[in-house]
Amino acid sequence: MAWFKRKDAGIKTSTEEKKDTPDGLWYKTPKGNIIHTRELKNNSYVCPDDDYHVKIGSKEYFEILFDDNQFTELDKDMTSGDPLNFVDSKPYTTRIKDTIAKTKLKDAARTGVGKLNGLDIVITCMDFNFIGGSMGSVVGEKISRAIDYALKNKIPFLMISKSGGARMMEAGFSLMQMAKTSAKLSLLDEAGIPYISLMTDPTTGGVTASYAMLGDFNIAEPGALIGFAGPRVIRETIGKDLPKGFQSAEFVLEHGFLDFIIDRRQLKNRLYTLLNLLRS
Amino acid sequence: MVRYGIFGTGQAGNQKLIINFVLLKVQFMVLEFEKPIADLEHKIQEMIHLAKGKNIDLSEDIKSLEEKLQVLKKETFHNLTRWQRVQLSRHGDRPYALDYIYEMTNDFIELFGDRTVKDDKAMIGGLGDIDGRTVMFVGQQKGRNTKQRQERNFGMANPEGYRKALRLMKMAEKFNKPIVTLIDTPGAFPGIEAEERGQGEAIARNLREMFKLKVPVICIIIGEGASGGALGIAIGDKVYMLENTWYSVISPESCSSILWRSWDYKEQAAEALKLTGPDMQENGLIDAIIEEPLGGAHRNMQDMAVRIKQQISAALAELDKMKPEKRIEKRIEKFCNMGIVNE
Repeated sequence: MAWFKRKDAGIKTSTEEKKDTPDGLWYKTPKGNIIHTRELKNNSYVCPDDDYHVKIGSKEYFEILFDDNQFTELDKDMTSGDPLNFVDSKPYTTRIKDTIAKTKLKDAARTGVGKLNGLDIVITCMDFNFIGGSMGSVVGEKISRAIDYALKNKIPFLMISKSGGARMMEAGFSLMQMAKTSAKLSLLDEAGIPYISLMTDPTTGGVTASYAMLGDFNIAEPGALIGFAGPRVIRETIGKDLPKGFQSAEFVLEHGFLDFIIDRRQLKNRLYTLLNLLRS
Repeated sequence: MVRYGIFGTGQAGNQKLIINFVLLKVQFMVLEFEKPIADLEHKIQEMIHLAKGKNIDLSEDIKSLEEKLQVLKKETFHNLTRWQRVQLSRHGDRPYALDYIYEMTNDFIELFGDRTVKDDKAMIGGLGDIDGRTVMFVGQQKGRNTKQRQERNFGMANPEGYRKALRLMKMAEKFNKPIVTLIDTPGAFPGIEAEERGQGEAIARNLREMFKLKVPVICIIIGEGASGGALGIAIGDKVYMLENTWYSVISPESCSSILWRSWDYKEQAAEALKLTGPDMQENGLIDAIIEEPLGGAHRNMQDMAVRIKQQISAALAELDKMKPEKRIEKRIEKFCNMGIVNE
């Protein structure tokens, strides 16, 4: 006879749902504040004590933005090829396979189509966990198709960037994804369909120098690192220390390249207000 | 290793130096793999000098050596490794954008400034004619000596450079002149001011706006084509690479430092990146390669300029037949087809 009797029949929570991001029960922010992960989740992954925006991925952003977390994922099974047979410390194909196994993601971006407070929207969101959110053919192609979808159905496009830049293992191909996504955005631009680019921590390199900076509305999360060249490269090039706050979202706003900075807790409502203003 | 012409001949005494200088007239910087060629060339020159001075007939020997030289040159330059091509693309004597422009045009008026911040000396442009037809040239410019290199910022443009380029391209569109861009940069400049003035935004805007240009756009990589800094003026109906150039998302050195965590794997990185003209063409990322004279563009700049000019004329003849809307559509389609995915 069991000591405890289970009243509810069979616990059916799938593994995916069980796993919280960030892992573990408690989360410690860089400033040292400790918060329970459940509370963090209910607070759009922002620490209530110091407003620290935890780095999150597409799963969490979709959960925050889509009504009732309902959305249709486009190009769900697209994965990277290895056009150059690239090998560094390990073959690119192995790296991809390992990363897919580790992250349960197919590549560094996912596209969802759904509703935001009742308004239709296409969202492509990058995942930094997948090889530093690097942009290869899959990221470029997924964004292109998301824009195609927005064009065809005349609905706004939101791009959430979080990336170290281009994916070196796809060399020339990854460079041309900057061109490809910009080409599609030129069509969206001409068609007069709103494009909102949300830059999160970090957004650098080829991503900044293409779709991230091409929004009708360029917006960012507080404190996000946003720049073309990485801070280390700049420091090495000029041989000087960088000023405090250099390349932060606030710095980029101050220099005129952002429309506004938005706290993640207000993100959904602010996006709704903006889209609604454009609509009426 | 780079060996400087007159100082590097290894001969003692001023007299000898002067003789060498007079004899060879133009002496190029010699790359490591070019050394056997340079040595042989030097030997031939010495024999000619000897034959003249002592009045003896060495023509047979000279002829056989010259034949040997041709064979050696062909062997060397037809079997270049990727890294060797990278070295050639950075060769100190290699012609730069303005060299080609002045060589190709009868009239050329250089235009300056982005109308916002300043004139970026790393990005040049202006109106010139190719066989009587006016073209807007835009290109990155490197410097020849220390002072020029600093002035040109080693061919690394700031945001104002990209905005200057876009201003000139829009002007070309207004006056219905085709655009030719000459790409030669180790990258867009990574500096504090560059970030403050929106390096990323400047490049991104160029990418998007170049897809909308109603006039023909021809892009030619004439030296180094490093990443976004190169792409920022390289969206065109036709994209060509000179034979000994490279075009990729990162330089072999930086790739080595990031992926191998050391600067010593640049040769491997160059191989892995597949960054040469033949690689890029095979992968459908450029339209064609423009062959260089044997030994590289710097060995015969006039010849190289003629080849570039012919390619531009041929491309324009083809592009002129299309309506602007069709050209734009094809330009977009071309770049949208780039990328390999599994699904």
